[in-house]
Amino acid sequence: MDLSIFGYQFMQNAILSTFLGGIACAVIGVFVVLMHMPFIGVAMSHAAFAGALLGLWLGFNPLIGAFGLSLLAAVIIGPLADRGELSPETSLGVIFSLMLGVAFLFMGLMPGTKSGALELLWGSILTNTRGDIVLLAIVAAVVVGLVTLFYKEIQATVFNRGIALSVGLPATLILYGILFLTGATVTASLRSIGGLLIFSLILNPAAAAYQLTYSMKKMFLLAASFGVLSGWVGLLFSYLFNIPSGATIVITSSLIFMVATIFSPKRKVKGWKAVQPAGEQLDTGTDKSA
Amino acid sequence: MADTVIKIENAVVSYREDVALRGVSIEIKSGEFVGVIGPNGAGKTTLLTVVNGLGKLLSGRVTVLSNSITPGNGHSLRKKVGYVAQVENIDPRMPMHVREVAMIGRYGVLGLLRRPGKRDWKIVDEMLELVGMTHLANRPIGHLSGGEQQRVAIARCLAQEPELFLLDEPTASLDWKAQTEILELVKQIHDARKLTTLFVTHDLDAMPHTCDRIVLMKDGLIVGDGTPDEMISTERLASLFDITPSVVRERQPHIHGDARAHEKES
Repeated sequence: MDLSIFGYQFMQNAILSTFLGGIACAVIGVFVVLMHMPFIGVAMSHAAFAGALLGLWLGFNPLIGAFGLSLLAAVIIGPLADRGELSPETSLGVIFSLMLGVAFLFMGLMPGTKSGALELLWGSILTNTRGDIVLLAIVAAVVVGLVTLFYKEIQATVFNRGIALSVGLPATLILYGILFLTGATVTASLRSIGGLLIFSLILNPAAAAYQLTYSMKKMFLLAASFGVLSGWVGLLFSYLFNIPSGATIVITSSLIFMVATIFSPKRKVKGWKAVQPAGEQLDTGTDKSA
Repeated sequence: MADTVIKIENAVVSYREDVALRGVSIEIKSGEFVGVIGPNGAGKTTLLTVVNGLGKLLSGRVTVLSNSITPGNGHSLRKKVGYVAQVENIDPRMPMHVREVAMIGRYGVLGLLRRPGKRDWKIVDEMLELVGMTHLANRPIGHLSGGEQQRVAIARCLAQEPELFLLDEPTASLDWKAQTEILELVKQIHDARKLTTLFVTHDLDAMPHTCDRIVLMKDGLIVGDGTPDEMISTERLASLFDITPSVVRERQPHIHGDARAHEKES
């Protein structure tokens, strides 16, 4: 097998991008999985995609548009999740479809060639620049740094927001912090992975890690490892079979999830169905009159 | 005379169109064990959220542990107030062990950026021992039964070293044996640690018989406040739950007996 391709600068950039993006996305994925809100990743990645298209259409930096619109989605998702006014699946599903509609509206309004828009949709990790890598590195460092610094507060909040609030932790602030980090991660990874596929890199590695451990610390480490592995193996397959890298990365992460599920020690654990969003017990917007 | 640790004056709380508390006033003294009884929708849980600063007051004043509750000081107050809710539906796959869950009680006290030290783990282990959960300390929390999870919730609450102990229907959805064990445990802890305890329930069987005081709530109002002998009578319960006295007698034979004793005495 000729691996000389890995000596080229563009491939080294891609390897570094998948390393950084894999870690950042997977760590965010742990929150998404543990808070039982998988649609957060979907809604925010499509919001970022719509924002980037807005930037392309109006002629400003697409990443600024992506970050702006993903933060707007966070501002909408936050109160809905916090107050439990709608079921998270419903509210996030509505935001997801709205953002997808807005994205395609911008794409339709955009004059000329749509190649830039399609790159944001599918991702183009092989054309990543030094600037893209620096941005990914900053976001990955911030995500990992904040999780390390505020591990105990995050652990309590994702376990049960109501309990975290009741012991005097700023659980609402932490929830918004998580949404903000999700927006930043999605924005930084948008050009590499693409708006349609990034959700898989957020969800799959964390969901795979969730199958394998009862330790939250190990879950973070395993998820990050699976995220990086998905990126690297995906790149290799992309090169070997000459197929799009975004697709191979996502398919690899899905395969890792399937293998983790097959070998999961939790397979024999009884099924569970959430009957209420975490934190509902003490959230002030829900019915407390009982 | 014991100090007043909770003073609620004309508290009004509303959630959208529903008024949960309609001008409630109550004083609770240090060391009291107060049972709060009422039907669903009476405002019992809201009363607890007002005490721990999570309820949003429309009007009225609340003073807890000498702190007047304002929107900004809830976090610091809650570090001194232990709260045990109903049995939660915990995902059996949740990647947290019993000891870690009990440690959450220390997190607020520790403050931001500080990690649990040896002393904190020692406190957590002592509390798990107190509630009889040492042997399950390293089990995933989702693998425990409802009764065991409530014991861990009580250990978590005690690890906070609280001055106030709030229990919101802690025995709801537990079987009879687990209910009895949790109730005995709560009472033992209250006595041994000289806490001030508020115990909310709509189930009379779940009411510790050794409450110092019973508060009856209905439709967001306090409709009775006195000793258990004064408050737990067939007539009062029938009025509280909107059922006939005969139904109360059928469903609560021990209360029927109490009531008959009262009737004979009178």
